[in-house]
Amino acid sequence: MAAINITNVSKIYAGGVEAVKSVSIDIEDGEFIVLVGPSGCGKSTLLRMVAGLEAISKGTVEIGDRVINDVEPAERDIAMVFQNYALYPHMTVYNNLAYGLKNRGTPKAEIDARVAEAARMLEIEQYLTRKPRALSGGQRQRVAMGRAIVRKPAAFLFDEPLSNLDAKLRVSMRGEIKQLQKRLGTTSLYVTHDQLEAMTLADRLVVLNGGQIEQIGRPLDVYHTPASTFVASFIGSPAMNLLRGTREGNQLHFGSQVLDVGRAAAFPGPITVGIRAEDLRIANTGEQALTLKVEYIEELGAQRLVHGTVDGKKLTASLSPEIGIGETLSLSIAPERLHFFDADTGKRLAQPSAASDGKRVEMLAIAEA
Amino acid sequence: MHRTKLFDHVILMMGVFFMVGPLLVALMTSSHEAAEIHRNGLSILPGGHFVDTYTKVLTKEGGFTGKITGVRMMMNSLILGIGFAAGKIILSMLAAYALVYFRFRFATITFWMIFTTLLLPLEVRILPSYEVMNTLKLTNTYSGLIVPLLASATGTFYFRQFFKSIPDELLEAARIDGAGPFKFFIDVIVPLSKTMIAAIFIIMFVYGWNQYLWPTLMTTDESFFTLVRGIKQILLVWVGSNIPDYNEAFALAILAMVPPVMIVMIFQRWFIKGLTESDK
Ligand SMILES: Nc1ncnc2c1ncn2[C@@H]1O[C@H](COP(=O)(O)OP(=O)(O)O)[C@@H](O)[C@H]1O
Ligand SMILES: [Mg+2]
Repeated sequence: MAAINITNVSKIYAGGVEAVKSVSIDIEDGEFIVLVGPSGCGKSTLLRMVAGLEAISKGTVEIGDRVINDVEPAERDIAMVFQNYALYPHMTVYNNLAYGLKNRGTPKAEIDARVAEAARMLEIEQYLTRKPRALSGGQRQRVAMGRAIVRKPAAFLFDEPLSNLDAKLRVSMRGEIKQLQKRLGTTSLYVTHDQLEAMTLADRLVVLNGGQIEQIGRPLDVYHTPASTFVASFIGSPAMNLLRGTREGNQLHFGSQVLDVGRAAAFPGPITVGIRAEDLRIANTGEQALTLKVEYIEELGAQRLVHGTVDGKKLTASLSPEIGIGETLSLSIAPERLHFFDADTGKRLAQPSAASDGKRVEMLAIAEA
Repeated sequence: MHRTKLFDHVILMMGVFFMVGPLLVALMTSSHEAAEIHRNGLSILPGGHFVDTYTKVLTKEGGFTGKITGVRMMMNSLILGIGFAAGKIILSMLAAYALVYFRFRFATITFWMIFTTLLLPLEVRILPSYEVMNTLKLTNTYSGLIVPLLASATGTFYFRQFFKSIPDELLEAARIDGAGPFKFFIDVIVPLSKTMIAAIFIIMFVYGWNQYLWPTLMTTDESFFTLVRGIKQILLVWVGSNIPDYNEAFALAILAMVPPVMIVMIFQRWFIKGLTESDK
């Protein structure tokens, strides 16, 4: 168990592609960090640099106070779980688990004990004599986890370990990985492109975009205060609505539509406004509201996603299924729930003292409902 | 399911007839006496001299020096065939391993150079090769027979293609598990290549077993003669009372076929098992 410090790490591939651009992350001992971002954003590259499978072009990586830039993967005291499991096809499950220990010259009795313990933890005891080909995808994934666990490494590295599983298994394995990691307390770095997986697993999320960190934070903090329009649209499903508007005085203008934001403008002029679908509600009569021209409805059972346009711009609202829906809807939102982003850079603009106000509005909203 | 019909059987039976017919004729003819064969030609019925012909072929000391027996020739052929196949497999696996897993300058060019030698048959370089072996005083040795033929573009090519199909993650997992290049080769690559090895062993063994030109050049000492040369030798040398020993030639031909057939049968099981289990 150890802390991992990634400091100003860059990766420049032969051919000049800069896949990772000066990334710094300090991971505490025992923490579960998830790297999340769209495909090709450099998540795997970063993870593989920590693992030692890819040379570090710039910067340093420390595992437990030891700079490991030039250390062989086997000497880094890490274990990795791969997307396609990467089990040795010709070895039994037992030998797959034991191979790394054997190479380290671990005594036979200890290998037996550790394999037995890992197998029990992962409930793969009855498969120890089988070859990987005689296992289902989920079982193979467990074996791959087992191979990481038996080593008792300082850190686990996961590269999209659940992507090859079907949706249902993915959810249950997700839970198991989380529990296992909590039980073992092993520092973990986990790569995924699935924001839901990232939200549910992470102690802290690292959102990557184009090789750069967009935001680091606890899942709910990232969800509630996205640092940029990129994070806003990437984290959360449905994605946060982003509308271009103009702020004048204490009003927001979307074309002909106007929304009162209650407070004097801190940043007048063109602006990108972020609205979570679930923050929208049907406006009370007489209340100032956005008019949504309904295009289609997605029924999700517990909620109902209404897709449409406001002033020609796409907007999605998440409403209770009990609410009847006509051709247009009048929607309002608590001003504290609005997110403001710079119209050019997409960076979040600080909302003065929103937090305390937000709480009260939330309570009111519950009382109203 | 396709239902086999009479017509399918007819086609298969014709195939069997054309394949096995000549072998049967050779086997049957070999059990007659030489004089009989000379008089009546080939035969499809067994004669009465099966055991004594084969015993004689295997144990009779013949040749100019009167020292070479059939058993000896068979040994020589086996040494050539197995040495040839094993050597080629080891060499081409190592070459392919280097080409696929190690970044070195000119790797691609090296590969294509090896690959183009595929186009050059042994016969093209046979005289220079002989010169080299002669200078090294390796004529009339097993090393001289085997070593110059070991470099195999075909083998290297097949192993290279196969190694390329092994997922990179396996190498990465092994690196994290603390396996160095040698361990990875022995513990992962070799076991995964079993099928490939079996297939190439069959091909190369038969190829080595059937070599004629190269052994003829390299060996003048009769104790190094192979079966294939022996057959030729019978018809030239073992002439008793004017009639060539046709029966012995046929017997030797039949004997020459047995080891390759056995090799194919032994390795085939392994080979097919590997194919159907699809290990990767
Ligand atoms: N070996 C390589 N050589 C050159 N470019 C690469 C190599 N591996 C990845 N890249 C590039 O680096 C970027 C990041 O890749 P990767 O880390 O695999 O992304 P992710 O895992 O987030 O999908 C991509 O643009 C990819 O094309
Ligand atoms: Mg990836």
